[in-house]
Amino acid sequence: MSARNTKIMNRFDVTSRLIAKLQHEEAVIGGIGNTNFDLWAAGHRPQNFYMLGSMGLAFPIGLGVALAQPDRRVFALEGDGSLLMQLGALSTIAALKPKNLTMIVMDNGIYQITGAQPTPAANVADIVAIAVGSGLTNSAWAADEEDFERLVDDAMATSEPNLIAVRIDDKPGVGTTRRDPVQIRERFMHGLGVREPL
Amino acid sequence: MAIAEQQTEGTSDRSWHGIVLQTLKRNAVSLIPYVPDRVLTPLIKNLHADPFFTTFATAREEEAVGIVSGAWMGGRRGAVLMQTSGFATLANVLASLAVPYQIPLIMFVSERGTLGEFNYGQSLVCRTMRPVLDSLALEHHTITRLDELEFIADRSIKQAVTTQAPVALILNPLLTGGKVFDK
Repeated sequence: MSARNTKIMNRFDVTSRLIAKLQHEEAVIGGIGNTNFDLWAAGHRPQNFYMLGSMGLAFPIGLGVALAQPDRRVFALEGDGSLLMQLGALSTIAALKPKNLTMIVMDNGIYQITGAQPTPAANVADIVAIAVGSGLTNSAWAADEEDFERLVDDAMATSEPNLIAVRIDDKPGVGTTRRDPVQIRERFMHGLGVREPL
Repeated sequence: MAIAEQQTEGTSDRSWHGIVLQTLKRNAVSLIPYVPDRVLTPLIKNLHADPFFTTFATAREEEAVGIVSGAWMGGRRGAVLMQTSGFATLANVLASLAVPYQIPLIMFVSERGTLGEFNYGQSLVCRTMRPVLDSLALEHHTITRLDELEFIADRSIKQAVTTQAPVALILNPLLTGGKVFDK
């Protein structure tokens, strides 16, 4: 399915739909900016990790979690501008074939948080085509919210990496993540069962 | 050249790369993403051959840093292998991920740009490495001697983990033989 035939959705709504489906302490990595702001706004979970910098590394961080905990399903949420910074990571993930990693790209074609400037890819590149060309054959555009939920269900039932791209509007994030990196990391490790609280 | 060959070839446990591999294993560091470097070739080859390790190439060094950071939060230790020029791409991820989130990022950097460098760009980028490390007050050691390698690497890995702080272990040409024009 081409991006042009997809409904324009909303990041917070789509993120909330994902979170509502998580029943097994799945890990969720939120990329820099609005992507993790909306993850935060959708309701904090101990298995959420929020990036406060390192633009473009949501998928690599998700890959690391997926390789460390192969029995836990991992979701990584990234903006289109962020993904453009680290397209090589798609091939790394395709080569390693983690069976438990699902990547979700929130594509609004702009750097919303810096003033809504268009990305270089806006109107010329297709994120799903890039992903497929990078070796991630299980990549698809979500046609609408129902289709997004179906793709998430499919992803949770498969044993190979998946990528779901969602066209979203130009709205900013609904909330603002509390910027305390040590607490974010420590609580995430508690949520993943790596550590006990002090 | 002869000394360099002796130090970089072969799979002896007492070669620099044999010591690095064994020290990683002893410290349960098993996830090894890398961006390759000629000098690192025997280490990379032997890591690939050892099923204890998950060894793979990444497209960029900061991608590798993201991967081992995620792995550590998930309970698995990793280390990143790179060249000096690759380290030069890391200032942002060090300052926005590894340091503020207190992640024990273990980096092995093959040092180009000194002691016989033939590429001016390499020698320039090398000069940015220690100032970047120092500007973030990051622990780093330049390893020049085979008899000091195990001590420095073993203690530095343990210190990184227990203090939750990154460390850079710089593998100097005096240790590895480096890369010279005729190679």
